[in-house]
Amino acid sequence: MGDVVNRQAQSAVLFLLGASLLHAGTTDLYLRYVKQGLRPLVLVAGAVLIAAAVATIWYERKRAGRRDPGGAQDHVHPEPRVSWLLVLPLLALILVAPPALGSYSATRTGTALQEPLAYPALPAADPLPLSVVDYAGRAVYDHGRTLRDRRVRLTGFLALDPDGTPYLVRMALNCCAADAQPVKVALTGQVPPVLQPDTWLQVTGTYTPRRAEDPVNGGPIPFIEVTEAKPVAAPKDPYDESWNG
Amino acid sequence: MAITKAVPQGTEDGDDRDGHGDPRAPRERTEEGRHLNSPLLLTMLMLVLVLLQSPIRRALSAPVMQSWTTVFVAVMVQALPFLVLGVLLSAAIAVFVPPSFFARALPRRPALAVPVAGAAGAVLPGCECASVPVAGALVRRGVTPAAALAFLLSAPAINPIVLTATAVAFPGNPQMVLARLVASLLVACAMGWLWLRLGRTDWLKPPSRPSHDAQGKGEAFWGSVRHDVMHAGGFLVVGAMAAATLKAVAPESWLRAAADNPVLAVLALAILAVVLSICSEADAFVAASLSQFSLTARLTFLVVGPMIDLKLFAMQAGTFGRAFALRFAPATFALAVTVSVLTGWVML
Repeated sequence: MGDVVNRQAQSAVLFLLGASLLHAGTTDLYLRYVKQGLRPLVLVAGAVLIAAAVATIWYERKRAGRRDPGGAQDHVHPEPRVSWLLVLPLLALILVAPPALGSYSATRTGTALQEPLAYPALPAADPLPLSVVDYAGRAVYDHGRTLRDRRVRLTGFLALDPDGTPYLVRMALNCCAADAQPVKVALTGQVPPVLQPDTWLQVTGTYTPRRAEDPVNGGPIPFIEVTEAKPVAAPKDPYDESWNG
Repeated sequence: MAITKAVPQGTEDGDDRDGHGDPRAPRERTEEGRHLNSPLLLTMLMLVLVLLQSPIRRALSAPVMQSWTTVFVAVMVQALPFLVLGVLLSAAIAVFVPPSFFARALPRRPALAVPVAGAAGAVLPGCECASVPVAGALVRRGVTPAAALAFLLSAPAINPIVLTATAVAFPGNPQMVLARLVASLLVACAMGWLWLRLGRTDWLKPPSRPSHDAQGKGEAFWGSVRHDVMHAGGFLVVGAMAAATLKAVAPESWLRAAADNPVLAVLALAILAVVLSICSEADAFVAASLSQFSLTARLTFLVVGPMIDLKLFAMQAGTFGRAFALRFAPATFALAVTVSVLTGWVML
């Protein structure tokens, strides 16, 4: 009897966990935690967990109908109590749905800017939309050669250094938020007077050769001479996934 | 034995069926009595949490807690699909592959089976979460533990997906891919042989599931999936919580101080690999960004990470038992660091 009840509770946990994965995968919620490419895997995992829950209940009912006196095979070793911790991620996912990593992580982690492999020619748009990572790479490692006399437009969230320098940041992600690392561009020029960390900004500006050193890891941080900055809604995918190839 | 009084009636018939005078039986009974095994309790817990959701949200809105929760959920969402993959494979091995298959596929001599199993790790496309349940199934299927352990260690590090990611992350240093492959294989085989010399089977937890022979194949398959997800999943949660805590609390500026000293650099990145518990498919990119460190130190990061980290330790303790994990993890760590340094010295 105890086992049957135990297994029913287990299938409830499996079902809810699967459902929360499906929920995250069918909405944009999963993009706060993992890269886009993992979506099919998240959906399949959710479906398998639900199938396992349904199968457990189904075999349970069949067994109850059969009333098999099958003795020893009936006795399943109980799962350890640690199993019930599986309730935590599903609650965190459904009830809390924590936001994507923001300024707190960005200021505690050094800029992860790496030298780009190449600097492809930029389209002739004005202002030119660029990713924070692309701008920073061209500014630092190509000395802004492709950026001169261009108005560029970057989107990222605000983070403030301990000494008050405002950064426009995008977290670059390779697999999941646990490996997300910030790429920072410092703002100068017509910076908005009130700076609220974690606000998403669309910044229009021009290249400036000014540089700073990241206080955390000494990495290079380029500046942008801001001419216009306006708050925007957070993008669908808050992370930069350009390093996923 | 006063403790047996606390046993609820419901568990008695379950134990009596296989009651054969096992001296441990009274203790097991009390443990079972303490298991949370009622859907009612689960429902109540859920209800209370739903009612309390706004205070919970408020408590979690501090930046530290928010970043903790995000990293925790991210590790879980990222690891669960791979855990499910591993669990499906492990259930398929347990139910559909007869033990005689492994007896034929692996060399009879354990010392030879170790490198074969280690090299076979290259065919499991996934990260470390998948390899723990598969290695557990291999042991239960009669594969010598030494070979299964070599597989456990090598699979997350040397499969094609991980090696490709390494090549992409280190475009300027293609020798990094080879160094990672060689060092990981060496450590996996060395640990297997070490187990042959020093390992004792009583460190391994006895298989904690019923034999599947009397059940239908479908029932046994899904039973195994449910068991493995509940089991390894619970330990995965423990590991994810530990990794999120360290990621949210430990300041990265410590790393900067370590990077200048070659010995400290290797140790720092080895410990960082254990603490961060990053998926082996992504760790190469993180290693590439730790550019203030030497290539050897970063190789250590890539070799240690897939073999031993917080979430893996929790899962190994769950699958193979705590006595095993407490001995296996430090030995793996020490050997992985040593071999990485030697490989880095020769090849990088």
